[in-house]
Amino acid sequence: MPAITTTQVYDWLQQVTDPEVPVLTILDLGIVRDVRIADDEVTVAITPTYSGCPAMDVIGINIRMALMSRGFKKVHIEQQLSPAWTTDWMTEDGKRKLKEYGIAPPVRKTSDNPLALFEDDNIPCPRCNSEHTELVSRFGPTSCKSLYKCLDCKEPFEHFKCH
Amino acid sequence: MTNQQVNQSTSQLLYTLQIADNALIIGHRISEWCGHGPILEQDIAITNTSLDHLGQARSLYQHAADMFNALPAEQKNTLFTSTALQTKINKGENIDEDDLAYLRDSWDFRNVLLTEQPNKDWAYTIVRSFFYDAFNYYFYTELQKSKDTVFAAVAEKSLKEVTYHLRWSSEWMIRLGDGTDESKARMQEALDNRWAYTGEMFEATEADKAMLAEGIGVDLAAIKTKWMQHVTTVIEEATLTLPANNWMHSGGKECRHSENLGFVLAEMQFMQRAYPDMEW
Ligand SMILES: [Zn+2]
Repeated sequence: MPAITTTQVYDWLQQVTDPEVPVLTILDLGIVRDVRIADDEVTVAITPTYSGCPAMDVIGINIRMALMSRGFKKVHIEQQLSPAWTTDWMTEDGKRKLKEYGIAPPVRKTSDNPLALFEDDNIPCPRCNSEHTELVSRFGPTSCKSLYKCLDCKEPFEHFKCH
Repeated sequence: MTNQQVNQSTSQLLYTLQIADNALIIGHRISEWCGHGPILEQDIAITNTSLDHLGQARSLYQHAADMFNALPAEQKNTLFTSTALQTKINKGENIDEDDLAYLRDSWDFRNVLLTEQPNKDWAYTIVRSFFYDAFNYYFYTELQKSKDTVFAAVAEKSLKEVTYHLRWSSEWMIRLGDGTDESKARMQEALDNRWAYTGEMFEATEADKAMLAEGIGVDLAAIKTKWMQHVTTVIEEATLTLPANNWMHSGGKECRHSENLGFVLAEMQFMQRAYPDMEW
């Protein structure tokens, strides 16, 4: 069994992507909360983005696979609920990749800047950068996204909600 | 465990089931819209909210199962009367979140009657969600302060989701209430018919009282005022009329359900009951 450091484990986790938004790694998303190594056992604590996010089970399996392929058979995946995940933990690199992929990234730090119940964010179009956009639906194809359309370039787009 | 600890643990377990059963049953009801929504975006929206509810239920059932498994054996035998679950308990096996969802019969469920009411149409569905989402919003806001760290964590996580739910259902109330003559009439009918199911959410059971006293549960009387304020504001904005009657149904939190819950469970539990212990 090779001796490893948590830094190496983080390097490997950087290759595990979100099955629903494959341009983002789980580190870009900010859902990896802790990595612990004890002898030949590796524990990875992850936090769900949304309570019922079906991708979490797949992410757990993918982490396991990534570590097993490096020779680690004892891998524990821990679900950690608190503190609750927020898009504030998404990396700047992650936001850039999202935009290039055509998904408008979160625009606001939710911790310093919570929205009132009926307020909405102004989301620029990821293609033409126009701020002349309109919310189509609060809920997109996955829990983490909502649907918008651009009133200038006329393209519909998804927005990774500020959460 | 001392007797007092057993009693507190039992109250806490029943309290957890009240919250979890609400989440599971409303989540299941809402999921019945999957593939039947009035337009694609709304089909997706309502299915998304369903997933949130089911995820919340799962975390809470895990917590309930942990509490149950830690109880003394004699206490375990007094809590449920559903044959399938009791058979497992009698074997001395630990239970998990799936057992609580799939092996209990309706008389062991503690959800409020509102959550099990049929979808009927989009108006009835929206009204039910609106009443429940507003309750959930204030409930989880308070539950964040719970001394039970799992409750506090689930509440903090869920509140973000429930905020979207409440915005969504409030907007639909306004859109349809202040819409066409037809949509307005149908919303008012749904409002009048579902109103009598709202009182039960604020009725305190023994578990509610015990948990409030311990600093674990939520003060239902306090959130009722906030709920009423939000509901009144939205109903006015929607140009609808708040029903005047004060007579309320109750019983769900004490395990007395309408026949509706039986139909929900028959569909939801079918696979596990027909093929016990099946996995996929
Ligand atoms: Zn554009």
